[in-house]
Amino acid sequence: MTTTETRPEAADAVAGPAENRILGHARVRSEDPRLLSGEAKFTDDLEIPGALHLALLRSPYAHARITSIDVSGALASDGVVAAYTAEDVADAWIAPMPNAWAVTEDLKNPPHYPLASGKVCHVGDGVVAVLATSNEAARDALDAIVVDYEPLEAVVDLEDALTDRVIIHEDLGTNAAYTWKLDIGEEAVAEAFASAAHVVKERYVQQRLIAMAMEPRAVAAVPQPFGGDITLYSATQIPHILKVMLATTMGIPEQQIRVIAPSVGGGFGSKLNVYAEELLCVALARKHRAPVRWVEERTENGQATVQGRGQIQNIELAADEAGKLLAIRVNLLGDMGGYLQLLTAGIPLLGAFLYAGVYDLPQAYSFSCTGVFTTLTPTDAYRGAGRPEATYAIERAMDRLGAVTGLGPLEVRRRNFIRKEQFPYTAFTGLTYDSGDHDLALTKALQMADYDGVRAEQAQRRADGSTKLLGIGVSTYFEMCGLAPSKVLASLNFGAGGWESATVRVLPTNKVQVVTGASPHGQGHETSWSMIVAERLGVDPEDVEVLHSDTAIAPLGLDTYGSRSLAVGGVAIYMAIDKVIDKAKLIAAHILEANPDDLDFDAGMFSVKGTPTQEVPLAAVAFAAFTAHDLPEGVEPNLEAQVSYDPPNFSWPFGTHICIVEIDEETGAVDVLKYVAVDDCGNQINPTIVDGQVHGGVVQGMAQALFEEAVFDADGNPLTSTLAEYLVPAASDVPSITTGHTITPSPTNPLGVKGIGEAGTIGSTPAVMNAVVDALSHLGVTNVEMPASPLRVWTAIEDARSANGSSAGGAS
Amino acid sequence: MIPTKFDYVVAESVDHAIALLAEHGDEAKLIAGGHSLLPLMKLRLATPGILIDVDRLESLSYVRDDGDTIAIGARTRHCDVQASGLLQSDAPILSHAAGQVGDPQVRHRGTIGGSIAHADPASDLPAVLLALGGSLVAQGPSGTREIPATEFFRGFLESALEPTELLTEIRVPKAPGAGWSFQKFNRRAQDWAIVGVAAVRNNGSSGVGLVNMGSTPLFAAGVVDALQAGASAADAAAHADEGTEPQNDVNATPEYRRHLVKVLVRRALEDAGG
Repeated sequence: MTTTETRPEAADAVAGPAENRILGHARVRSEDPRLLSGEAKFTDDLEIPGALHLALLRSPYAHARITSIDVSGALASDGVVAAYTAEDVADAWIAPMPNAWAVTEDLKNPPHYPLASGKVCHVGDGVVAVLATSNEAARDALDAIVVDYEPLEAVVDLEDALTDRVIIHEDLGTNAAYTWKLDIGEEAVAEAFASAAHVVKERYVQQRLIAMAMEPRAVAAVPQPFGGDITLYSATQIPHILKVMLATTMGIPEQQIRVIAPSVGGGFGSKLNVYAEELLCVALARKHRAPVRWVEERTENGQATVQGRGQIQNIELAADEAGKLLAIRVNLLGDMGGYLQLLTAGIPLLGAFLYAGVYDLPQAYSFSCTGVFTTLTPTDAYRGAGRPEATYAIERAMDRLGAVTGLGPLEVRRRNFIRKEQFPYTAFTGLTYDSGDHDLALTKALQMADYDGVRAEQAQRRADGSTKLLGIGVSTYFEMCGLAPSKVLASLNFGAGGWESATVRVLPTNKVQVVTGASPHGQGHETSWSMIVAERLGVDPEDVEVLHSDTAIAPLGLDTYGSRSLAVGGVAIYMAIDKVIDKAKLIAAHILEANPDDLDFDAGMFSVKGTPTQEVPLAAVAFAAFTAHDLPEGVEPNLEAQVSYDPPNFSWPFGTHICIVEIDEETGAVDVLKYVAVDDCGNQINPTIVDGQVHGGVVQGMAQALFEEAVFDADGNPLTSTLAEYLVPAASDVPSITTGHTITPSPTNPLGVKGIGEAGTIGSTPAVMNAVVDALSHLGVTNVEMPASPLRVWTAIEDARSANGSSAGGAS
Repeated sequence: MIPTKFDYVVAESVDHAIALLAEHGDEAKLIAGGHSLLPLMKLRLATPGILIDVDRLESLSYVRDDGDTIAIGARTRHCDVQASGLLQSDAPILSHAAGQVGDPQVRHRGTIGGSIAHADPASDLPAVLLALGGSLVAQGPSGTREIPATEFFRGFLESALEPTELLTEIRVPKAPGAGWSFQKFNRRAQDWAIVGVAAVRNNGSSGVGLVNMGSTPLFAAGVVDALQAGASAADAAAHADEGTEPQNDVNATPEYRRHLVKVLVRRALEDAGG
């Protein structure tokens, strides 16, 4: 991993009141010893006697009709128990695979079942399910199945798809899934663009990405045939949502379903879904009255696990003479892939409110997004989900505005920033941004990056004719995270709420159990949650056990995604602690023969105000609550409280990222020399985890800018299904990251926290690409598509050279 | 990522390995470190009926001073080639390039012989051998023979080894004072080169090998001829793409590879010095 190069601002990285014992102090993650030692059990590590192994025969075609299937060869294969086509398992479903986000009333949603019937719509679409006594036998049997396909023309280009030249789902009559619009001040928009002194019009392509979680997906369904229950183990981010969806898709009474997410090795949105293999394992386990398990191969991960991004973005800015934004117009095409998975349709819309970024925009905004079916793997959530795309577009376009106005990237931003004193700020959309100080973050990042020094060196190199081109990129981002106020979700026609549940339980020996509805898969919730409890109850973090990710133990929850866990789930814990303290205070007052209102509680000790010698520790109160020998009138035994917290607002983290690149003019190779990330996530619970999230997020966003792309050929064949072709950068391929922080607490929750899980991804991609384009700007280059591979950069340089050669002054 | 079924037998000696090759014919593949073969098997692109494991032939793990040449056992792992003091002083480009193969885990399992015998045009070490003017020792039922590196690479993943022959030794001439340069151009440190160049210059003679510029590792004859005729590094580098047939893939077009190889050859020659 990357390391923090310097912490010049270590003092102000400590969150909250200086008297905090634990909160805001860096702490090593308690999860790590078992993860690093291999002790942690992932789904495929579970020993399940008698389990049958599932393997799927998948379509080798992007688009084809299935004309016949012969499974007899598979059935004759060693160890094979059964083979199923779509028709053979049709009776297991009472509904198609779930689409939980009907973004418009006329959303076109093609039938989508765990196995394809009649036709296949992407390479990797499941066609036959084989059950065998071993994984190897199941895999071998796939080669003995004969499927006849009638290949159809693939649809891989969004603009081509919209011509409906080839319609993928014939019954829908079109490849357009929906068009969703948000128009605020239509006349103002038209007027602004008609009269603007400056107009910027840009087109960006968000390439498809593969999340490539190091643990691929894995599933094991274990039935208790005589108990009527079924337990599903899955490498999922969403055990709670999955349980509900199993019930509604398969008709299993919900109380008979238990979902457990064991240790989960990363998700990045790709495990925020309900997958065919989960449904098939449950269906076949019930049918065979035996456990059924499946583990994904890496190449399957590149074909059958949802992919991210996949958008064409057209953004237009209108600005006045001074460079102040007057209006923004955005038109998106969103690549849905072959089907709608759980949240596919809504992902681009999570950015719909953010295309004005951190800037003060009048009520003049026009947004339109059309979802488009293609014969490629379905898309869905990917770290940031809609918000990185929006931030990318506005931050790239602001650099263009800085160029056409002559203001440069810094001044154009400063003139448009929402100012610190404007917070809480009601945006053009009606959403309220909780707090921020964009100028402070920018100023700090500029200092840390030695911006002026690098600009001077850039000028010197250009004057010297050096072939090592320097580029500096800035992005000033914010993020709508902490999903989400349930009422806002309702207004978007989202199929669920956005609350989170927490239970805090003080055990008789003064140890604490926390039950959380968040479902960590790498975030370090156990560490962070124990710190919140320890700070407030005066116990050691080691004395707090955090229970999660098992619907029998933590029955209420809405899981982990959208940087929601701390800003919603962590706050729920805070509130449950309030309730526990309130109850404990009644018991303590009874023991001290005092009025509860006269008690203070600090560092685990109740004491009478003004008479500190009269005190009783929480430990004694907890034991008294347990024995229940002498409780005050009307107080129930035990010390426990449960809270379901629905946030009143999103939280809005922000920051400035600066990237400095050096481009080898002869080869097009981009080398990141320095990366500065100044992030503000309000109060920090654990600075170590904040830094870890920033490091991971920055690298993932940098990977989109420079390395990663899910490539398909014209026939829809994936060309990047292994880790040799899909370029996930390793530690050796990215620079050290210099992190810094400003702290602007959120006023909307008592912890003053904002999410940080996606911020790095959101801030980094435009910073890197602005740097790449900046390095080439003197040649007349204004855009390079992502990822900015050496080939693409070299081609951009060559194209600019020939343009310059053929037309005087020729900026492209 | 599950290979098809295969049998497995451990070769107890070089002679045993050769006898097993003769016994099993086309069905058999030799395996040492496995870093070329196993990925192909897991993708079911290679489906050998039997693997003959030569990884335990410790007798083929050595770097030996052999007068004017250095002899390297075929089963010597990349990390040992990298760490060899003899190679570092007398054929430093080879130990350097061995340190560029894959990542540390790969270098601790993969072997020089396996890499050479696989004859992958994208591998680093074949081009280095071509630049050094090395040779390969093959042992078969009728004895041993030495094959110059320039005659060893016949086609895509195809070498001059007979089906019953085992590559036992790699030989490179000592050139302690030679200038050298290895230019590996890739997007991630662990990747195969998009294009790579190995150059060795010694007392007026030069050798230049190219990585990933055709269906085999290539000797850049046009560059070497130009240098012999007195061309400057820059002028000689203009010949770098002669006789190449670079492929098109997600990382590079043929045109881009032709451009890159000229840049990299020029840099390599300048870096290696006269």
